[in-house]
Amino acid sequence: MYKIGVIGDKDSIMGFKAVGISTFPVSTPLEAQETLEKIADDEYAVVYITEQMAKDIVSTIEQYSERRFPAIIPIPGNAGSLGIGVQGVKKSVERAVGADILFKDE
Amino acid sequence: MAVMRVNPTRMELTRLKKRLKVARRGHKLLKDKRDELMKKFLDLVRKNKELREKVEDMLMKVHENFLIARAVMSSESLEGALMFPKQGISLDVSTQNIMSVDVPVLDYKMSSSEESDIYPYGFATTSGELDSAIGTLAEVLPAILELAQMEKSSQLLAQEIEKTRRRVNALEYVLIPQLTDTIKYITMKLEENERGNLTRLMKVKDMMLEEARKAAH
Repeated sequence: MYKIGVIGDKDSIMGFKAVGISTFPVSTPLEAQETLEKIADDEYAVVYITEQMAKDIVSTIEQYSERRFPAIIPIPGNAGSLGIGVQGVKKSVERAVGADILFKDE
Repeated sequence: MAVMRVNPTRMELTRLKKRLKVARRGHKLLKDKRDELMKKFLDLVRKNKELREKVEDMLMKVHENFLIARAVMSSESLEGALMFPKQGISLDVSTQNIMSVDVPVLDYKMSSSEESDIYPYGFATTSGELDSAIGTLAEVLPAILELAQMEKSSQLLAQEIEKTRRRVNALEYVLIPQLTDTIKYITMKLEENERGNLTRLMKVKDMMLEEARKAAH
């Protein structure tokens, strides 16, 4: 059985606990990176990470993109969306097609 | 013209011809694979984009409610309320094979089926905003899990497409031209040898006739 985790600042992720997701409150990107590395090898299949934390540890997150698990998914924190999640989708389009064909009009 | 360093022999020629046939076949197969992957990927990524926008909107609503809840309640009581969750979630992961790419399929199970069990606290000491925040969060949960599955799948597919495209290009622009060029080179060399041989034979014949005529005199 796999688990779901969420990494981010405490205020953004507190509520996830109520629905049964493990929360890992962190306050700095460095902490977020360490936590991510620690739980990635654990039984976490999905790790959500707030965009505020994700933006500073992009290289660490990318390491996991080739692996099947965990799926690391950026979500907006309580400070609003930074567009990193959409950027990620865009990036995979660019990677596959060679050009951005979905977000042209934006 | 890129010619490989080979001996221009008949045996080499048949070997190369065989290789060319295999390369052409592989190229066609890989090209088909790439096209199909691309089709699947574009469908997926379009859905992915929509879902992400939806999820982000919903999550922002959750955060808004949470913000108000935090403002109304003291942080101790808020933390206390969420300290011990009643609801647990466990994830079952299976894989689905899309064109030889293993993509994850997530199946989740809540440990308790009571809908009200997402609220791990009594309603007396908490604010209504917290309830609605958690309620919305529980609604987002299936969507957010689907998003995870979709996003991972599209990442994996993108990688596979990139790899396949490289292979197709390598075959199309490097290996196949090289093979055809080399085959042409060997054929020409062999023909040239043949012609050389023929002229030599004619020359020898001429010389022999000349000698025979001299002897007859």
